[in-house]
Amino acid sequence: MQLHDLFIAPFAEFAFMRRALVGSLALAIAGPPLGVFLILRRMALTGDAMAHAILPGAALGYLAAGLSLGPMTIGGLAAGLIVAVGSGVVARTTILREDASLAAFYLISLALGVTIVSLRGSNIDLLHVLFGSVLALDDATLILLAAIASVTLIALAALYRPLVLETIDAGFLASVSRSGGVVQIMFLVLVVLNLVGGFQALGTLLAVGMMMLPAASARLITDDMTLMIAAASVLGMLAGYAGLIVSFHAGLPSGPLIILVAGLIYLLALIFGPAGGLLRRLKPGRHLEA
Amino acid sequence: MEVAIRFEDLTLGYDRHPAVHHLDGEVESGALLAICGPNGAGKSTLLKGIAGTLAPLEGSIALPRVNPRDIAYLPQAADIDKTFPINVFDVVAMGLWKRCGPFGGISRNETSKIREAISAVGLDGFESRAIGTLSGGQLQRMLFARLLMQNATLILLDEPFTAIDSKTVADLLGLVARWHAEQRTVLVVSHDLDLVREYFPQTLLLAREAIARGKTETVLTPENLLKARAMIEAFDRDAHACARAA
Repeated sequence: MQLHDLFIAPFAEFAFMRRALVGSLALAIAGPPLGVFLILRRMALTGDAMAHAILPGAALGYLAAGLSLGPMTIGGLAAGLIVAVGSGVVARTTILREDASLAAFYLISLALGVTIVSLRGSNIDLLHVLFGSVLALDDATLILLAAIASVTLIALAALYRPLVLETIDAGFLASVSRSGGVVQIMFLVLVVLNLVGGFQALGTLLAVGMMMLPAASARLITDDMTLMIAAASVLGMLAGYAGLIVSFHAGLPSGPLIILVAGLIYLLALIFGPAGGLLRRLKPGRHLEA
Repeated sequence: MEVAIRFEDLTLGYDRHPAVHHLDGEVESGALLAICGPNGAGKSTLLKGIAGTLAPLEGSIALPRVNPRDIAYLPQAADIDKTFPINVFDVVAMGLWKRCGPFGGISRNETSKIREAISAVGLDGFESRAIGTLSGGQLQRMLFARLLMQNATLILLDEPFTAIDSKTVADLLGLVARWHAEQRTVLVVSHDLDLVREYFPQTLLLAREAIARGKTETVLTPENLLKARAMIEAFDRDAHACARAA
């Protein structure tokens, strides 16, 4: 088998593979940089909680209108935003911290969603919603993914400085600007937006993987913020591409394979990462002079 | 005398319990004022109130000549995430927020000012060091460099000299003296009475209410200090609403 057959032919021959590749790349451009901030803000599990919060909204859209992009996106977006904004407001106005208020909100959302699904009494197959359909992306979904990636990159650029400040020293930002609360909530809105986009392609659960695994890998590779964000995107794209190739040749489901490749990259970074990986910790070399 | 800060029947506190109780008075512009008092006297709370991060329960704080954006506030044990991958230069550069905001660039002139500030606090050569590698004293020096960049007319420091070696304290006190010479208003919370007696011309002795204020040597007398200690009543969960006339 030639290299061309291995690495290029699947995309050259099949339109659904090309679409899957474009969709994965769009997800990988915007999601992982958000993941970097989630990790630095010690909110790595927030992505997971938000994915659970989105699920009932998406399922509700699915029940109302079947498997169509519009209602499921709107449902997921609405559920995610209510939880994100609600928990942000609670964290800023009451004694509860963000993790506690988020946990409370997403559990309510999840329970509500399950109740609504059971009310309808239909035995729907939620597997599709849960694990996505990266090989069945239509034009509308691709445009949605591309739009979300563009909006996210622009918004993240606009939020970058206050978001960094809010992460390092929230008290200082509060003393020089009133933007702290807005920044925090805008950031969560971006996370929701990307998870909703991700669940079209990878499903709600795996969408979080695309956001967090490349980001965690990038954190192990460099201490430089700019490089970290760039590396996270590149690793995400690499995982998207390699995952599709492997799934094509091995005849395995593509969504989980993309995340498994991202997981493999993470394991490699964990061992060899120059910024705090295992080898670096175990064999740091002899101490320096000063 | 120009007034920088005016307290009018000011009550600050948490969950309706007062920490600063019915405080009146003024701080003149350009003052170098120490705020002393026992633990729980409301010193930090008063600074939070002036900085605007805590709203009064009653009364008001007026800043007739100070733009709220011209206040630099260094809280006690600043809650800085030391694991964040950022270097000393970038943290000091944060002090330019008032001018740069979220998008503004840093000019060459400002870059050299940041280097000067880092040098002024004795951190030459630390520009590209990650903040996670700094010692407690070095971190405090860095925060003072950030204060320098803020170029504020009103500077509020909450216990800035605790757990810091004497050389660092001396250096940072030099900066405080420089701000005083530049006619900035500087309020410093400190429990180190010897240090206050030596370096601060004016003192406010606080024990929820003002016990005494004015020249440091007339304020920090044994009688006043005894009185301050006696004034700190225990927290009473079932306290009645305060009946004192506003």
